[in-house]
Amino acid sequence: MKILVCISKSPDTTSKISFTDNSTKFDENGVQYIVNPYDEWYALVRALEIKEANGGNVTIISVGSAGDEAVIRKALAIGADDAVRIDADPTDAYYTAMQIAEYAKSNGFDLVLTGKETINYNGSQVGGMIAEALDQPFVSVASKLAVSGSTLTLEREINGGIEVVEVNTPAVVSCAKGMAEQRIPNMRGIMAARTKPLQVVAPIAVDQMTTYVNYTMPNAKSACKMIDPTNMDQLVELLHNEAKVI
Amino acid sequence: MSVLVYINSKNGLHKSAFESVTYGKKLGDVTVITTGSLSADQLATLGNYGASKVLIDRSVEGDDDQQLTRVISSAADTCSANTIIFSHDMVAKAVAPRLSVRLKAGLISGAIGIPSSDGTVPVNVFSGKAFGHVKVNAARTIISLLPNSIQPEQFDGSCAVEDFNGNAGSAGVKVLSTKKPEGQIPLPEAELVVSAGRGLKGPENWGIVEDLAAALGAATACSRPVSDIGWRPHHEHVGQTGVAIRPNLYIAAGISGAIQHLAGVNGSKVIVVINTDPEAPFFKAADYGVIGDAFEVLPRLTEAVKKFRASSH
Repeated sequence: MKILVCISKSPDTTSKISFTDNSTKFDENGVQYIVNPYDEWYALVRALEIKEANGGNVTIISVGSAGDEAVIRKALAIGADDAVRIDADPTDAYYTAMQIAEYAKSNGFDLVLTGKETINYNGSQVGGMIAEALDQPFVSVASKLAVSGSTLTLEREINGGIEVVEVNTPAVVSCAKGMAEQRIPNMRGIMAARTKPLQVVAPIAVDQMTTYVNYTMPNAKSACKMIDPTNMDQLVELLHNEAKVI
Repeated sequence: MSVLVYINSKNGLHKSAFESVTYGKKLGDVTVITTGSLSADQLATLGNYGASKVLIDRSVEGDDDQQLTRVISSAADTCSANTIIFSHDMVAKAVAPRLSVRLKAGLISGAIGIPSSDGTVPVNVFSGKAFGHVKVNAARTIISLLPNSIQPEQFDGSCAVEDFNGNAGSAGVKVLSTKKPEGQIPLPEAELVVSAGRGLKGPENWGIVEDLAAALGAATACSRPVSDIGWRPHHEHVGQTGVAIRPNLYIAAGISGAIQHLAGVNGSKVIVVINTDPEAPFFKAADYGVIGDAFEVLPRLTEAVKKFRASSH
């Protein structure tokens, strides 16, 4: 099975979020970039497990600048065979998805995996967009994925529950918790990643559909009102009369 | 302006549907598109929230992403809609991106408010740690609205319900089975949420959390460590790598409040934190704090809520 795993960089989950240039740009100062956790922990690791069980090939793809290659090498260290970097700034989800779809179209994959969302823009957009561009079925927010020949059996989250579905390859799947366990790259993997093929591909011309004009921060909370732990009637009274939420 | 609102009516009409119609009404003349088997009488109630017309394609039963994309796309063309609204739920996460490619429309997902005067729409970014203000550069816009972001508004309106053929085609995904916990409130839509963490010491102690949730009519949630060690199901995990929620009231017991957890809940209108440790970082994000043992405070709070509910009815 030929699997393409889409990865994005995202700021480390403990990063302090701030903005610069009149609140129009994310302040990258001091920010450590990691592979987006959903892409790494679930999509990439499950792809590797499928390859280990059934044979095949796992290719990583990312849209980004040369500076993002450290993040791609980190993903390679976990175990993919090779990687592709589309040499462009991933300006929005549509632009990014069209670049990946173009590469996938000309290289024919049985399965394209993405994380369910990135932890910076939280859009949940790229997977579905790739699926539509490839005219393939899309299983979103999948927590289990089993492969039998050209049939995939998946569990996915639906509104208020879980659904078990079946789909034939080629298909696109976005991956969530439950699908696999995080793997820590070992020294051999890290060494091997240095020499694994990382192909750089020029982008195609695509319109940017959306623009983040600027950013704002949530209003700071006023001081927390402390309640006596033996007086829960007072808490209920405040929630009713002051906060008006019950 | 013509606005198309997609509503998932498979399990009846819920608050998120009323929110989407209300949102659409603020932007223009609302046509609703839905699929499934709901009766015309039930669908006509959407007129009370500002819909002028409801289109229903009864040939589509499930939530297949390709079928829904085709149907919504046909409906958008039929009513010349330049804006399409979704509620940002599991169906929207699969369908809205597809539709964006099909219609070459700009997609704004996770909107938390209506467009401002400069045309930008506010969205949650960095898992709720900040807001982005997004504008669309295409002729058509798709907005996927986070549940609990606006209040449904009622009008004295009526609306026509018409059968619609959206040329759905065949489904690409075959559903084998569905598991739905009975009687539970879906977490992303819940207005009241009771959540607990490692401070509860074990899954056998969740009864006191569920008792409070039952007394309030709230959904239950948990922190990441608790779902990682299997005390609670994954879908209850709120936080940066779990689900982000914005209930009216979030009660957290035995959760210290790591930055990743706060990211999932800081859209909540009111936060109550119960913790034995007065230094727990969660108190800084809380509106009301109780320093005390969850095992004593939660049952006491449950009793207080029951007393309040009994007296107010």
